[in-house]
Amino acid sequence: MPGRGQSGHTTLQRGKLIVVEGIDGSGKSTQIKLLHKWLEAKGRQVFFTEWNSSTLVRQATRRGKKKALLTPTTFSLLHATDFADRLTYNIIPYLKAGTTVLADRYVYTAFARDIARGVDTRWVQELYSFAMKPDVVFYFKVPLTVAVQRILSAREKVKYYEAGMDLGLSKDPVESFSIFQGRVLEQYDRMAAERGFEVMDGTEPIDSQQQKVRAIVERLFTRGASAERRR
Amino acid sequence: MSPRAGPTRFFGHGLPYAETANLQGTLISIEGTDGVGRSTQVSLLKEWLEVQGHGVIETGWTRSELMSETIGAAKAGHNLNQLTFSLLYATDFADRLEKIIIPAMKSGFVVLADRYIFTAFARSVVRGADPAWIRNVFGFALVPDLTLYLRVKVDTLIPRLMRNREIDYWEAGMDMHLGTDLFDSFRMYQTRLIRQYNSMSREFGFVAVDASRSIDEIQTRIRRRVQSLLKAREGGTPQQPLQPPHPPLIFHGERKEHDRQSGTQQATGGSHPT
Repeated sequence: MPGRGQSGHTTLQRGKLIVVEGIDGSGKSTQIKLLHKWLEAKGRQVFFTEWNSSTLVRQATRRGKKKALLTPTTFSLLHATDFADRLTYNIIPYLKAGTTVLADRYVYTAFARDIARGVDTRWVQELYSFAMKPDVVFYFKVPLTVAVQRILSAREKVKYYEAGMDLGLSKDPVESFSIFQGRVLEQYDRMAAERGFEVMDGTEPIDSQQQKVRAIVERLFTRGASAERRR
Repeated sequence: MSPRAGPTRFFGHGLPYAETANLQGTLISIEGTDGVGRSTQVSLLKEWLEVQGHGVIETGWTRSELMSETIGAAKAGHNLNQLTFSLLYATDFADRLEKIIIPAMKSGFVVLADRYIFTAFARSVVRGADPAWIRNVFGFALVPDLTLYLRVKVDTLIPRLMRNREIDYWEAGMDMHLGTDLFDSFRMYQTRLIRQYNSMSREFGFVAVDASRSIDEIQTRIRRRVQSLLKAREGGTPQQPLQPPHPPLIFHGERKEHDRQSGTQQATGGSHPT
């Protein structure tokens, strides 16, 4: 099975897999863009991949969301298919070639959202057992009120599934969004403790968050390089 | 038709967020490899059941509203790997289970499934999937009341198929690069698939029907099995097991833990749109 940490038969040093996670409006995409710029400016090969972006299931996902056809299980499986496709074509080959891969959301997004939607915890964790473990996961933590405020000021209205409207939590999209994202937040907080995420305070100024991110990534590369020299 | 004896059975954790307690209908799955005559038998069985006055709903592999186009396009593109291949099937199946099979069962229909999750198991495992992984993926599936397995030897299958129509890329398992031409590939691929079906027949207690016989003979046997299943259920007596019980498919854990979790989630979880 691909992804179980194998590095292939290449003599190249395996690239680092860096992941950002957090609820909508936590600022993670801004941070990963800034990290991307910095890594490229330092002359590193970087490949960026984003949640729910493969062409394989794009049509089905779009239609399923638009017509509200998705159940918690099909929602989960479509995203797993997207992830499996990107893992095979966009993540593993680049890591093998020594490229740094930046992932905006990873399997933890699926765990948080799908469990918040009511699927079985162990089922979804086993579903993604083919995924490789990232070298570092940054979790951008913001209070629910801040995330809600950011989303509402940036968009005219919240999206149906983003607000968990499929769960019938409330007829009011904003209220539903708050309840659902609150559940997602709980799952993230639990995982952050259990899985050793780098927890970033998403309410801090953007540049000071970015400095911390870069310092951690810097250490990751020096550690990797020294380990390589020792071999 | 009488309510099911005992609670609804799933292969794994089921659908914790969905209401599935009272499924009155009967679920019959028909399995067997490509070209074995499944669809012919399904339509004859459907006809017969309807003449008897049963409401029948048929559901077929990759025919979901959500996924059928996507799977068609993906197969045409030939860039699927074992994981995406398995997961596309799982998504299609989940959509049909929640949108067709379960609603029909709630209304007391006889559901005839032309292929069931065992097709996914066979195709995924011959492509290198971890059997435990793929069984977990389909842990949301209902356990059928009866699984009819049209059993055939690869050498009976070949002349039958190659006389009548063209062999398709995926039926021949050409993605697996087993042989240089369609015939060699088909033979090796179908041999492996049939081996999987045979071993699942024991694992899951299929009722095997010799598919080398004539269409009428096969249908007669099928009807006999279905008749006794329906009679047992109409009589209101607890259904006599026609097959050994399916082993639970919980991995890395104990069933109690799952049941407890499902219970809490059901109590707090919301509904989803129909």
